[in-house]
Order: sequence, then structure tokens, then C-alpha cells
Amino acid sequence: MRALLALISVLLLGSLAQAGDERLDPRNWDAVLAEAKGEKVFFHAWGGEPRINDYIAWAAETVKERYGVRVVHVKVSDTAQVISRVLTEKAAGRHEGGTVDLVWINGENFAAMKHQGLLRAAPWSTELPNYRFIDVENKPSVALDFTVPVDGLEAPWGMAKLVFFYDTERLSEPPASASQLATWIADNPGRFTYPQPPHFIGTTFLKQLLVELVADSDVLMEPATDESFAAAAAPLFDWLDAAHPKLWRKGRAFPRDYGGMRRLLADGEIDIAFAFNPADASSAIASGELPDSVRSFVFEDGTLGNTHFVAIPFNANAAAGAMVFADFLMSPEAQAKKQDPHVWGDPTVLAVERLSAEDRARFDALVLGIATLAPDELGPILPEPHPSWVSRIEHEWARRYGVVQ
Amino acid sequence: MSALRLFPIAAFFVLIAPVAAGLAGVFLPAFGYLPVLGRSALSLDAFADVMAMPGLSRSILLSLGSGLAATAISLLVVTLFVAGWRGTRVFAALERLVSPLLSVPHAAAAFGLAFLIAPSGFLFRLGAEATGLLERPPDLLIVNDRLGIAMTLGLIVKEIPFLLLMTLAALPQTRAGEMERMAASLGYGRIVGFVHTILPALYGQIRLAVLAVLVFSTSVVDVALILGPTTPAPLAVRILTWQQDADLAMHFTAAAGAVLQIGVTILALVIWLIGERLFGFVCRVMALSGWRARADMAMRQLAAFVMALSAAIVLAGLCLLALWSVAGPWRFPDPLPDSFSFSTWMRMPGSIAAAFGHSLMLAGASAILAVVLALGSLEFRARSGRPGPGRALGVLYVPLLVPQIAFLFGLQILFSYLGFDGAFLAVLLVHLVFVFPYVLLSLSDPWWAWDPRYGHAVRALGRSPNVVFWRVRLPMLARPVLTAAALGFAVSIALYLPTLVIGAGRWPTVTTEAVALASGGDPRLIGATALLQALLPFLGFAIAALVAAFLSRNRRLMRAGA
Amino acid sequence: MSTTDSAERGLILRDVTIWLNGGTLLSLDATVRPGEVLTVMGPSGVGKSTLLAFVGGFLGRDFRAEGRVILNGRDITALPPDRRGIGLLFQDALLLPHLSVGGNLMIGLSPDIKGGAARRQAVTAALAEVGLDAFADRDPATLSGGQAARVALMRTLLARPEALMLDEPFSRLDAALREQVRRLVFEEAAKYGLPVLLVTHDPADAEAAGGPIVELG
Repeated sequence: MRALLALISVLLLGSLAQAGDERLDPRNWDAVLAEAKGEKVFFHAWGGEPRINDYIAWAAETVKERYGVRVVHVKVSDTAQVISRVLTEKAAGRHEGGTVDLVWINGENFAAMKHQGLLRAAPWSTELPNYRFIDVENKPSVALDFTVPVDGLEAPWGMAKLVFFYDTERLSEPPASASQLATWIADNPGRFTYPQPPHFIGTTFLKQLLVELVADSDVLMEPATDESFAAAAAPLFDWLDAAHPKLWRKGRAFPRDYGGMRRLLADGEIDIAFAFNPADASSAIASGELPDSVRSFVFEDGTLGNTHFVAIPFNANAAAGAMVFADFLMSPEAQAKKQDPHVWGDPTVLAVERLSAEDRARFDALVLGIATLAPDELGPILPEPHPSWVSRIEHEWARRYGVVQ
Repeated sequence: MSALRLFPIAAFFVLIAPVAAGLAGVFLPAFGYLPVLGRSALSLDAFADVMAMPGLSRSILLSLGSGLAATAISLLVVTLFVAGWRGTRVFAALERLVSPLLSVPHAAAAFGLAFLIAPSGFLFRLGAEATGLLERPPDLLIVNDRLGIAMTLGLIVKEIPFLLLMTLAALPQTRAGEMERMAASLGYGRIVGFVHTILPALYGQIRLAVLAVLVFSTSVVDVALILGPTTPAPLAVRILTWQQDADLAMHFTAAAGAVLQIGVTILALVIWLIGERLFGFVCRVMALSGWRARADMAMRQLAAFVMALSAAIVLAGLCLLALWSVAGPWRFPDPLPDSFSFSTWMRMPGSIAAAFGHSLMLAGASAILAVVLALGSLEFRARSGRPGPGRALGVLYVPLLVPQIAFLFGLQILFSYLGFDGAFLAVLLVHLVFVFPYVLLSLSDPWWAWDPRYGHAVRALGRSPNVVFWRVRLPMLARPVLTAAALGFAVSIALYLPTLVIGAGRWPTVTTEAVALASGGDPRLIGATALLQALLPFLGFAIAALVAAFLSRNRRLMRAGA
Repeated sequence: MSTTDSAERGLILRDVTIWLNGGTLLSLDATVRPGEVLTVMGPSGVGKSTLLAFVGGFLGRDFRAEGRVILNGRDITALPPDRRGIGLLFQDALLLPHLSVGGNLMIGLSPDIKGGAARRQAVTAALAEVGLDAFADRDPATLSGGQAARVALMRTLLARPEALMLDEPFSRLDAALREQVRRLVFEEAAKYGLPVLLVTHDPADAEAAGGPIVELG
């Protein structure tokens, strides 16, 4: 038996060990393209949204045609699974030939991977050919992911902004701030809820409240300490303590994920939902998941915004192919298609004004969906707090509300 | 003989080695030992972390309570139904209705149930339509209720077909017909007569299946994710959450949680065994009293009603899945969609084709391998000095009695270390671990029920044991062999966690796609993928039944047999 | 159901005809008086067991039957098996392996006898009656064929049946035992005044029974 195991490991490890991976330098793009040709890239990305899956399939098809890179979309239900997998591989000593080549990621997960050395060590994303169009000046979150420096370890893919939506047939005047929302919840018991943390949309809502309710938001840019957390998070938990008895199901159950919450809005169980994509409501209306009476709104003082990225794990088996795909995802062509609400509706990370006339035209041609706010209606972007706040909030949430008596 | 010996040995290594390795990979980190993560000092810190998790005792009670309740209730319903109606027209009709439901995967049944009973579900829509009182879904905690009632219900409606099938397979070995007449001639009502004369032998036959149901129910993940409570969730779901946390330290917590899960499952088994004793004692006291319990019609009717209801729930759920998959806008409280659209199905083929292929490959290969291994092991046993079910093959059932979640992640670490995860063979191997025991379980009874005198007669003609196996025993057992293969196929199709964890997502199956898509919450997609997920195993059973019917087309006795 | 049909004691099979798939399987009209044994003989497949099933209330759905079964003046034709009051003895003793010998008898003992002590005494007496004193705590698996047959007989009798039906009850016993058990069964039936319906293919059974004989087929 032992001999058999040894044989298996020799066969598999031997064949997977490919030397010279660290030499890969995106500044020598032709070499990257040459190496990428014929590679099979396993792209681990959330697979809960057919529109996004379709878009990824289109992008995969395109890079296969143009560069001979085969991209396989590994549909995951939670990105944390992927990090756990890479972590396990590191723990098991699998430093080459890993099972993940590219992962859709940001924020807390990026911070964790960066901190634990699970990402490809050498900066690569900033050296990609299409990085020159990235709007670093006006979109600071492309370089600071939840306050953590990106350092070229992940390639910007799209912009996210927290946007609320509501059914105009059931609600005429949506609340315009966290405190107005609290009043509305008190007046309309059972008509609001949020996905259960640590699901990231649920956690995002908690962070929105934190940022909006804290006296001085500067403290949130620093790693949280016991003292700073106790002080800064107090208004958040006061808000939740007051709201929970009046939530959907009296706060005894929560939708498991974003999809669950959107479904509740569609079924008329709740009146307000939210997404991390300004075009989500329009896209959902287009696909029949939400009634066409749904419209979007934001809080007056702004809502959280961030950037989502793709990253290459330290032990990726097809790093060159992963770079080629990441670069294509940043291309004006791919970005414009992605922003089309009929495709996905995810805002671009590019500085459109710097593009060629031809590429600018792609963006100008886009028509916003009926429930999508125009860029000037989206309100200010509130920056994400340091990731250390997230685990503290989630932990405290679980302690206070995770066990309903 | 010597070559035949390889089958039980291969079966042993294929099954026990992964489980043992997986358990080691969980026990060591649970006690703080995982040098590659920089910890090698033995400690109980991880257990302290688990114990400090908010609501842990509730999670444990949920796992324990829903597992025990689901097992006890489904066994009770099946027993009362078989006792009350065996040999009747009602029995034949309900058996035909319930048996195919075995092929419905747990997750599909759970989604169907949620579509049925949720406040925005079909029943409330009907109620709203009939009374005109509800404009919006009532704010009631039905699905994901804190006591896990919806989850338990979801488990019950799925375990009833399984236990019914196991019971039907075991009945021929209990001389049920004669016993039933004997009990009736002594003046016993059907149910109590069955309990005194048939149940003791019958339960001995299906006990392993019952215990497997108990282990499964106390550690179930997919049904719990769909129907179970969240504040807090049952233990297995929480372990999964810890396992998938991006924080390194949580891996130790998860490992300790997995050990705790084993403890909870063992506790459930102990409680069950005590319950068996108590029930046996009550039966003996009842026997001493001579209580005839002739007036059991109400109980019989209740049993048939619950049986029919459980089938109706699953079938209605499937219909709702189908309805949603073609629904256009469908607002509450409309009982039916405004319009119908096939766009969900039209969009399917591209993304689902590969998953369909993987499902077929994995399920087909693991079912065939499992049947070959099981037949080889059984034949080895049959030719050994002491033929008969015995305990010798008992160890092969071990994977049924270990909670999945307890050894999968340990196995992932091992496979990752060997660079073996993500390989098709690895996924196939782990499927085999789960498929084989069910195949053996379903094949074993008919195998030993076969009258060896057929073999003796052929041997007396001077033919070899191989001739007996290939030309006599196998053809005569064609139907149970095909049924076992179909069962193995169905088990493989429904495997979620093992496929995901060991396959590194590289072998997406219909089931893993269904769960990934379900996280988007679109009921149309959930309906379509869950239906697809149910379709494959159903086809498996249908093909098995057709082939068996073809093989025995001119053989009346073989149709009646097993 | 009519109770005035006949006040006569005994088991009456009135104009019984049984069909299988449209063809007549058997016809019979007979009266078995208390203590009398009616022997039904014939080769395999002529419907001996079907007759027992009809009288006992177990007839399968494939069969169609006409005629009445009247036991001690009660028309039991339409009653479920457990209310007919007819005890059955099979080829095998069918003792329950999970109970002791005494437990097997307790299962049979009529519930009309109440109270632990009274019931235990009834079982002890029944065992003594067939020469199995002190067997109450034995595992039925340790009994010889003849002992098991006797226990099965007493289990049936303890239920206080009004008639007995015997389905080839001695065919599994070897010749010496067969004689002994047969005598015991008929003696006991006579003692309790039970009408007996015996199905067999062994002429010696019929001879020992000493009652009327019906040949089927």
C-alpha cells in the first residue's frame, strides 16, 4: 500500500512539477503569450449568477480563439472555499501545480491571501499591457483594496457600489439614510432583512451602517483595536439592537445569501433589498427575476464602493495563461461588454476618457437599464474600512444575533 | 479462489484507507498537530475554541434531535405501513408511487419542499387565492425554523422511500406470509401481529440501513443548508463554514468540530441503541399481556395516509420545480405564473453539458466498479468455508457510519499532499467510498437469499464454480444486481461535498452546478437544475427496470423473485 | 352476516366454489362437527391450500370465491382472519426466535386471561400438558422438531380457537415423531371439542384422523 502511494505521488507530482514559473515576467509579454498558449486555466469564480457565468464563458471563448488559452470556469458558491483550498495546498506542501490558477476576489479574502502568502509573490497585474487604461486617479480602490495596498498582486476587474432597490408598487418614498431606514423599519415591521453575515453582502450592509454611523470615520482606516472597535461599533450595534425585533421573521432567520434576499423582494416578502452592483436591479428585471416596478436608490451621504479583482495563487499551475486572461478582462472590449446591463452591468475600472475614440464609442453606446441610476445619481463613494474591522463585526454579530432564543 | 481474494482486499483498501486517512487528517489538527501549518504541540485549544462558539449547544441539539427524529419517524411510518398493508392493493399502489422517489436527490426534494411550504410558497398562494385575505406572504418562520422542523420533514420524506426499499428487499427472508397467517390465526390485529412475529427478524435485516440513515441525518449538509435553521445552524453546517473560513486558525477549529461531530453521531447511535432495547422490552411486555389490538384500522389508515402524504410532498415539490423552471413573472399571491418561458432551459445546454457528462462518467464508473467489487467480495465469501452474510464483510459498511464531513477534509489534505486532488481518479475513488456500501447493502440480501441448491445442482453436473457464478447465479440475480447498480448511480449523482472538495471544482457535476447556481437564488434556475439532478438517477432506475424486464421477459418466476 | 343461518355447532362449508382466472378450481360442501377431523386430500396444485386460505380469510386477489363459512353458528365468511377464531398449524412450528418458549406461548395465550400470575400459570399448565415441564425459559432454537411442534400446537390452542386448520402439519417430521405428534394433535382437538380441517397428501394422516375424507382434483 505504501509503495502504491509512493508510486502515485511520484507519477502525479513528477508530472506536475514545472520548472521556471518564477521567471514569468509580464513585461516580456510576448514570452508570456508564448508560454500561455495551450495552457488550461482554472478560474475559480462565484457561479450563482447566470449572466456573469455567460459573460465569463464569452471571455473564455475569446481568449481561446485569440491566444490559445483554455479557461475553465470553476463555479463556486463562496469564494472563501477557494482560499481554504489554496491554504490546504500550502499546508500540504503543494508549492507547484496547484488546482487554482485564477480567483475572483477582493477585500477581506484578498487581505487574508496576501497576509498568508497565498498569492503569486512578484507584482504582475500592474505590468499587464491593459493596466495603462486603469483609472487609478479617480478610483483609488483599484490600488487600495479595503485599505490594503494591492501591490500588483491582483488585477482590477470591476467596480462595485452598494445600491438599494425597492418595489415602487409597494413603497413610495424610500429612506435616504441609515437613520431614516431605522425609522422606516420601525414603522413597517417584517419588511426588511439582510443576508446573514458572514455572507459578504450581509457584512457589506453592516459596514455601510458602521461607516455611516461612526462619529469619526478616519479610525476605520486603521486596523481595529479592542478600544477603537468598542467605541466605533457601538452606534452600529445600537442600531441593530433596535431594528432586529422589527426585521423580517423578527430577526430569527435571515436569507442565506444575496440571491435569497432578492428572491424575498421578488415574492413581496420584503420591500427593500440591496446589491453591490448598480445595474443589478435592471438586469434582474430584464431576466424576469424582479418585477419591472423595481427602482434603485442610494443613501444621501453615500454608500460603500470598492473594486473587485482577479488574483493568481502562489502555486498556480498556469500562471501565464491566467495573466493573459486577466489582461483580456481589463481590455476596453471586455470592460465595455461587461458594463452593458443586458450582459452584466458591472461598471468599468478603466478611465474611459483616456481610451481611443473607437473604444470610447463602445462605452458611449451603452444604454442604462430602467432601474439603473445614472453615474451622477449614484452619490458619493464611501471607502471600505480596514479588513480587520470585518472579522470583528462578524464575530460580534454572531455573538449577539447568531443564536436566537 | 486466490484471484477472488483480491476483491474483498481491494474493497477494503478502496473504502477503509481513505476513511482512515481522512479521519487521521482531522484528528491530528483537532488536537493541535499539523506541522505544515506551524503547530505541532498537542493541545485542546481547538476544542476550547469550538466550545466557545456562540450557540454551540443549540447546534449540537439540532443535529441530534433532527437526526433522531427523522430516522425514528421515517422508520415508524414505513413499519406501520408495511405492517398494516402488506399484500393489499393499497400497498401495491403506494409502493409503486413511493419507490421511484428514491431516485430524487435530497437537495432537489428539499428545494421542492421549500417551494411548497414557504410563506411565499404554493400552499400559501393557494390559500391566499381561496380566501383573498393575503396580499403578501405572511411573516411566518416556516422554512429555516429554529427547531429544524422543516429540515426534519425534508429528511423524512426522503428517507421513507429508502427504508421502504430496504424493507421490501428484506421481507422475503422473514417468512412474512406464514408469520402473518399465524399471527392472524391467533387473533392478532395486523400491526401488533407484525410487530410480534415479523418485525424482530425484519429489523435485524434492515438495521444497518437504519443506522446509516441516522448517521446521515445527524450530519447532513445539503438539506440543512436549504431547509435548516441559521441562528444557529446545525453542527455540520457550522463545521463547513469554519472549514471554508479564510482564517488559518479556523482550520483547527473546524477539525475539532469534525471530531465533535463524530462524537455527536456516536451519541445519536447510543441513544438509538438504547431506544432499540426499550422498544424490544415494551414489545416483550406487550407479548406477555397477549393484547391482540384488533381495532387497528385507524392506525392503518393513518399510516397509509402519511405514506401517501410523504410521496405527495415530494411529487408536488418536483412539480413546483418544473413549474418554476418554465415560469415567467410569478408574483405572490398568483397560484400560477402569468406566463411561461423556456429561456431558463434554453440557456442551460452550454453550461450544463460538461456537468452532465461528468455526472454520467462518475456515476456510471463508480456504480459499475462498486457492483464488480461487491459481487467479487460476495462470491469470495460464498466460496469460503463459512458462506453467509456474517461479520466478515461488515467492515465494508464503515463509510456509511462515519459522517462525511468528518473525514473529507482530512482526505483533501492527504490528496493535496500527494498532488492527487482534482484528478478524475481521486474523485472516482471518493465516490466509490460512498457508493460501494449502498451497493453492497442492497445486493447482500438477495445474494444470500438465493438458494445455493441451484449451484449444487450445476456443480453436480461437473461444472466449475465460475460456471455457476456466470451462468446461474448472476443471471438469476440480474434484477437485484441492476437495482444495486441503479442505487449506486443515484448515490453518486447526489454527492455534493465529496465531489466539490476532492474534485477541486474541476469535475463539476449536475449537483455541484445546481448548488452553485442555487446561491444566486433564482427559483427558475433552481427548478431547472434540481429537475436535471433528479432526472439522471430516475433514468438509471428506469433503465435498470427495463433491462431486468427484458432479461426476464419469458420467465414468470424471475419477475416474481427478488 | 347472519347468525341465524344455523345454530348447529361445528365448522360448516356451504356450497364453496373457488375460481382462479375464470376457471373453477374446487367445489366443496361439508360439515365438520366438534371433535371431528375432515381430511382434504389430493395431489399438489389441486387447491388444498387455497381452500385453507379461503376458510382462514387469506385468499389472494387472483381468486374468486362463493359460498359461506359458518363456525358454531357464526357466518365468518366476510370476517378478517384475526376475528374468525380459527387456529392454524403449519409444516413448520414457526416459533419466534426472539422469545423464549414461554414467551411463544404467551403470544398465543388469550388476552381474556389477565394478570401476570394467572397467565404464567396457564402457560406452565400448557407446557405440562404436552410433557414439556420446565421448558418455559428455553430458547426455541434448542428444541427438537417434535418439541417445537408441541409448543406450536399449545400456542395455537392457548388462543382458544373454535376450530383448527392443519396445513400438512406433520410432513416435516420424521416417521416415528409424526405418529406421536399426530396423535397428540387429534387428542387435544377432541379434548377441546374443536372441528378440524386437515390438508394433507399423506394417506396415513387421513387414516389416523379417522374422520370423513374429501379427495380434491
